[in-house]
Amino acid sequence: MTAPARAKTSSRLALAACAALAAAMTIACGADFYEIPIETPIQPKLDVTAFQRVFVAGFVSGGTEDVDANQETVRLLRSQLRTKSQLKVIDADILPLIDVAQEQAKPAGDDAGPSAQSPMPLPARIKDEKDLEQYERLFANTAYWKKIGEEFESPLIVTGTVLFTPHSRAGMVTREQEVIDAYGRHRVVPIRTYMERKGFILVPKFVFIDGRSGSQMYSERHREEILYNAAQNTPALSSYFELMDRIVPDFLSALSSQKIRGTRVLLK
Amino acid sequence: MKARLATLLIFVAASASPAWADARSDAKAQVDFGINVAQKGLWREAIYRWQKAIDIDPTYAAAFNDLAIGYEHEGQLQKARDMYEKALQLDPNNAQIKQNYELFKEINDRTSSGKDKQ
Repeated sequence: MTAPARAKTSSRLALAACAALAAAMTIACGADFYEIPIETPIQPKLDVTAFQRVFVAGFVSGGTEDVDANQETVRLLRSQLRTKSQLKVIDADILPLIDVAQEQAKPAGDDAGPSAQSPMPLPARIKDEKDLEQYERLFANTAYWKKIGEEFESPLIVTGTVLFTPHSRAGMVTREQEVIDAYGRHRVVPIRTYMERKGFILVPKFVFIDGRSGSQMYSERHREEILYNAAQNTPALSSYFELMDRIVPDFLSALSSQKIRGTRVLLK
Repeated sequence: MKARLATLLIFVAASASPAWADARSDAKAQVDFGINVAQKGLWREAIYRWQKAIDIDPTYAAAFNDLAIGYEHEGQLQKARDMYEKALQLDPNNAQIKQNYELFKEINDRTSSGKDKQ
């Protein structure tokens, strides 16, 4: 064998050894990551162990007249609590909270003349968040809520405000469109178009009241919106439920422990 | 002669193991075992193994990532956050750790903040 031929053979051998080593290391190491499903337990935000019953009393609602947001919210929350919490749900008439708040806002006593200090009159029709804000003082009236609590054997009381308003927006949006290229192949390409869209905004605020004392324990506010193509005619009630679907898990997590499913990547 | 030398060099390079490599391989064994048992649903054992791995090698980002996932699964969210942050500190460009942390934060933020709590 000549010298160049021997050198070629030896370099081939070295390469083969390298390849074998790399292969052996790959086999030994295997995959470097593993996807694994996990369930994250989330503790309730509120300690409700002192309560056996819950009373979804009613909501001060406003916005569109196409949906009775007070009635629909009470019905939805009661049915969710029945199946997804340990608390017994009290089935009672929904409280007309707008009337209650307006009654409470009237000046007390007959001797209250024009000079007497009276709170600002509440708007009869709630159109926006500013109108709704003026009703907030109802939830701070501990005497009223304590009385309601006594009526229903000191439950946890759920109340608050719900604003469900129509909404529209026009502007450039990116959407996907299927096109056929010169070779007859179907392709999906993003295109920017001007679009008029309409939909709804849902802004509920949940207030949790201790029925034993009438005091507020906790409150949380949410805001969700949805927009459809203006040509699409989606009923207001469908939109309301679509938006509430996004909010209900958060509402339930205030009262009962939840498990949130997901996947994570374990690494070697 | 040259071929022998080349082969010898490869094996020397492959088998040469400084002290840190020993620690890493011990830690890696713990991590592998942890992954194995986590896949069988034995999360507490997995957490124990991953904790052991970071005790052996405190620079092992993957072990911190796995431990974070273990704590997340157990609902120990503050510990999970600390572990994810440590993992990212050690390996800031790791896309998988970043993705895990983003998903974790999404759950954590949804359930504990962003609302006007009283």
